[in-house]
Amino acid sequence: MNKKKKTGAGLGQLVIPLVALAILIVFNLFRDLGFFAITMRVNNSGNIVLTGNLISIIDSASELAIIAMGMTLVTAACGGQDISVGAVGAISGAVFVKVLQGMGSITVGSVILGLLLCCLATILFKLFNGTLVAVFRIQPMIATLILYSCGRSIAYWINGDATPQLNSPIISSIGMTIPGIPVPTPIFAVLLVGLLLFLVFKFTSLSLYTQSVGINAGAARLNGINPTLIKLLSFVLLGVCVSVASVIGVCRLGQLNHKTLLVDIEMDAILAVAIGGNNLGGGRFKLSGSILGAYIIQMLTTTLYAMNVAPVNVKAYKAIVIIIIVVAGSPVVKSKLTELWNRFRSSRHTRELSNRGVS
Amino acid sequence: MQNDIVLTMRGICKYFPGVRALNNVDFTLRKGTIHALMGENGAGKSTLIKVLTGVYPMDEGEIRIDGVEGAISIRSPQEAQTYGISTVYQEITLCPNLTVAENMFIGRTAGKGVDWKAMEKKAGELLDNLGIPARPRQQLGSCSLAVQQMVAIARAVDTDCKVLILDEPTSSLDDKEVEMLFGLMRELKSRGVGIIFVTHFLEQVYAVSDQITVLRNGELVGQFDVKDLPQVKLVEKMIGKDLEDLSGIKNTARAVPDGEAFYAAEDLSSSESRPFDFHIARGEVNGFTGLLGSGRSESVRAIFGADPVTGGTVTVDGKHVKITKPLDAMKHGIGYLPEDRKRDGIIADLSVRENIILALQVIKGMNHPISRAKTEAFADEYIKALNIKTASPETPIKSLSGGNQQKVILARWLLTHPQYLILDEPTRGIDVGTKTEIQKLVLKLAEEGMSITFISSEIEEMLRTCSRLIVMRDRKIVGELTGEELTQEHVMKTIAGGEQ
Amino acid sequence: MSDNKQRVRRLQREPLTDAQMLMIISIGIFAAMYLAAMFTLKGGFLKPQMIFDLLNDNAALIIIACSLTVVMIGGGINISVGGVIGLTVMSCALFLNGTTIESSFTSIALTFLLALGIGLAFGLVEGFLVSYLEIQPFIVTLAGMFLARGLTTILSVNPVKVTHEAFLALVKTKLKISWLGYTAQNGNLIPAKIEIGAIIAVLVVILMALMLRYSKLGRHIYAVGGNQQSALMLGINVKSTIFWSYVISGLLAGLAGFVFLMHKPAGNASVAMRGEMDAIASSIIGGTLLTGGVGNVIGTFFGAMILATIQKIIALSPLNASWWQEMANGAMLGFFIILQSVVLSARSKGRIKLRNKQRKPAAEESPTQVK
Repeated sequence: MNKKKKTGAGLGQLVIPLVALAILIVFNLFRDLGFFAITMRVNNSGNIVLTGNLISIIDSASELAIIAMGMTLVTAACGGQDISVGAVGAISGAVFVKVLQGMGSITVGSVILGLLLCCLATILFKLFNGTLVAVFRIQPMIATLILYSCGRSIAYWINGDATPQLNSPIISSIGMTIPGIPVPTPIFAVLLVGLLLFLVFKFTSLSLYTQSVGINAGAARLNGINPTLIKLLSFVLLGVCVSVASVIGVCRLGQLNHKTLLVDIEMDAILAVAIGGNNLGGGRFKLSGSILGAYIIQMLTTTLYAMNVAPVNVKAYKAIVIIIIVVAGSPVVKSKLTELWNRFRSSRHTRELSNRGVS
Repeated sequence: MQNDIVLTMRGICKYFPGVRALNNVDFTLRKGTIHALMGENGAGKSTLIKVLTGVYPMDEGEIRIDGVEGAISIRSPQEAQTYGISTVYQEITLCPNLTVAENMFIGRTAGKGVDWKAMEKKAGELLDNLGIPARPRQQLGSCSLAVQQMVAIARAVDTDCKVLILDEPTSSLDDKEVEMLFGLMRELKSRGVGIIFVTHFLEQVYAVSDQITVLRNGELVGQFDVKDLPQVKLVEKMIGKDLEDLSGIKNTARAVPDGEAFYAAEDLSSSESRPFDFHIARGEVNGFTGLLGSGRSESVRAIFGADPVTGGTVTVDGKHVKITKPLDAMKHGIGYLPEDRKRDGIIADLSVRENIILALQVIKGMNHPISRAKTEAFADEYIKALNIKTASPETPIKSLSGGNQQKVILARWLLTHPQYLILDEPTRGIDVGTKTEIQKLVLKLAEEGMSITFISSEIEEMLRTCSRLIVMRDRKIVGELTGEELTQEHVMKTIAGGEQ
Repeated sequence: MSDNKQRVRRLQREPLTDAQMLMIISIGIFAAMYLAAMFTLKGGFLKPQMIFDLLNDNAALIIIACSLTVVMIGGGINISVGGVIGLTVMSCALFLNGTTIESSFTSIALTFLLALGIGLAFGLVEGFLVSYLEIQPFIVTLAGMFLARGLTTILSVNPVKVTHEAFLALVKTKLKISWLGYTAQNGNLIPAKIEIGAIIAVLVVILMALMLRYSKLGRHIYAVGGNQQSALMLGINVKSTIFWSYVISGLLAGLAGFVFLMHKPAGNASVAMRGEMDAIASSIIGGTLLTGGVGNVIGTFFGAMILATIQKIIALSPLNASWWQEMANGAMLGFFIILQSVVLSARSKGRIKLRNKQRKPAAEESPTQVK
């Protein structure tokens, strides 16, 4: 009984995103069963790959899901959001490409080096954000507004106005599929990042520290936690997420466009965090919620595409669905619904009692 | 109905899911009296106040107010104000970013506009009239807490106020400020305002009140004149049992334990405190006393490294150590229960279990998480040991009562098995029963060899538990009292110093 | 206390509030920057027309910056204003091109109402969701932005140029002030030109400043932004205050759309892209705190003018590149954000010390006052 209650309470926050996902799935089931079809196909480079809307949803949500995880941590620790992830992602992509070009040839080694260096660069930029937030106590959104407005210019400055191309089987293996493996590589990247964070949470008490800092930084400090460090750490982890996402983004297209790489992803990532039932004011969080949120957003987009909505118009429909989801998750509506449910239950309960009384 | 009765509440009932918060409570308030509303936490005081101010709707009963025919129904604080019922809450409920004058008039003037000149003039007159040391155009945030509290009262009484409710108004004020506030209360009383005074400080009740109503477990115990109800009787009525409990923890007048000091500091200073010397032996219970702002809390914060330490040498267990941040102190076996539970103690949204294991986890380090099963076992153990009333270990701590929250924080530190525990106002704002429990626990822990520094604004509590009192004034240590010197009179004299 | 003392107390000047302090800093920086530009770049900066050009070109920005200031003082945020401008511009352009109403006055009046109506609709819905349903303002207005941008492209993916003649005539209508003009090289006197939009923008600033200072709603917005719980206890209807702050914000965004159209009579999917971020930056540079309760639109006005001046300086300097503009904006924003944080923390430290000092005399004074 006790155990049951616990899982139930843990699920509470995920109810709305799960329902939203279920509705999307049911809607698509009725609309077109073929939406869920998964087939094997030979792609341009001669590899056998899985294709279908589901694969495409899970594949294209990868960058979003990865960044949403990092965003959840920053949100939880700092009680605010980082709106510069897209712009810093562009910088990271630029560094990645710069390193590969500087090395001359694209080999596994140079790609790994590129990844490490762009990871380092991203972490430095995130530490700048983090310092403003943790040391100067500036609201995260304002602190990250700086890089939001000039990050892409820095990316431009790193790589010139060109859109450098990267042609290599290694690049396409990262961005699309590895020959012989029919599942798109970005999906593995999500699993890898997810696993990494899971292990971090499993083998450290970072989660407890982060939540304590997010809820009451002063009290956390008096219990020996260093809030500045935890906030910086959340930005560092977000930096790692952003650089991984940016490398996937670059490799997916095989080119770098500092204007479009990960564009507007900050908005979607914050949405994913909110749809996942996390409090944007910080404190308690669930990574699974944010990941679920990311896939909901992508599923919605893909569904709209499948319904022949033009890509530029998708935003309008997305907005309406988002509003419905957040209204359903709003504290006011929730409490009203709970009240209704309780009344319904108690009336049923009394009816049962009276029935029993009769029999 | 007698003429001088301004407020009558009859047969008030209020139910919450599963709880009967108020059961058939009567309450009568006379004009020009100060009426203390007393009871332990959970007795129903705040529920009664909230019913009266329209925050909660009542389920049964009737409220009558002087000047209005028949029973009235109050649905919101604003509506309560139109009947002349104003409230000043424990936490300052004003806006620090607005001016003093605005805080006095915002939300209750007619029309769509703001006439600054008239408002500031009126505010100035009212402030002068009541003798409140604030300027109308001053930003409220720049006033001291006491002045802010008084501005809130000025606001409340400026309306056609018949009933003024003061909910724990003195809990963050020092003695002089309390005296100022009492002056203001007496002034208002002489103007015929009926004042309902909710407080935990028994002495204050006797200092200003005319009548006392006692509640217990949501029921009325009775309404008394102050002179008919001595303090001991009042506590008896509140906790509903004889005072054996309290007398059981009488000052055992133990000598200060001999032996080497467990902790000793020389010239210790922090950003908030002046250099001071301090030491404590194993098994000793000592205390810092002094007025609020005398530096007593700042001193213990310096010991724990809660404020940046600026100098001094510290010895723990005979070894020289550096304590510059809380974690250092914790690693040397020192625990600290902070003065402001809400702000510095609890992590509101975390569960009771997580709050209990927090300090131990931090001492172990982030890379050595305690297993879930172990944390559950710890939580269960301490919930039982300290008799913490919570629905489950997974309940968020914020939904517990103040006393139980305090016990959770205490459990947090006991779990780390500290050798030296600093308790800053552990009994503040909690019910008498829990206060007694905590004092008993302190003595028991000391007997087991733990060193404890105990701070309380109720000197009696300190006399009961401490074998040595360090008296502070103006951020300096002005005296150390032991043995025979530990009497209320003597302590008071030392606190007051030459000013007498 | 004696009458004399009282008078002294009243006449005593209050120290600057945080908001005033931050505003003065931004006005000072604007003046310094402008003077520096006058000395180094000379040219246009020596003519009064430059000021008017800054106003003409940035009228819409000034209006949405005011709109942001109002919600930010109330403790909220509105990132849909740029989108609302885009939608308003597009709908008004399409309406003007498609209208068959003979009277040019009526059609322009209807366009104006359409612009306000769109803004109002967004303000009403966002306000309702934020205040009455207690949904986080960032998410609500993010959805608003998506909706506005999406609707804009649904209306037309291609740019729409206004062809309505009466409106184009209105666009060209400018207030000319000859004594502020200058003599061109060919000897002609070129008067200073002020667009209608610039006048509207300045009026909006004045109106909002008055509203925030002298209306109850304005003071309630400050109170709610300062401390929501307290505001509630002070008898302020918090929900309706927040609601109206969003309605005003939306309405101003619609108005900004109309002003934008009067400056550049063409609809386009990317109109006022990231306008909200410039507006937020203007508010912050002008001394508004995102945490709420502190700020004013006069500061915001100078914040917007600082951004506009940077833009102009870069356009006139050899560094003419859009990315320099972005870098300069970012640097300026960073500078102000850190400055604010430093100034505020220094002041709050000073204040605590001051309070400790004040405490003793105040306490000593008290017994005489009470008795």
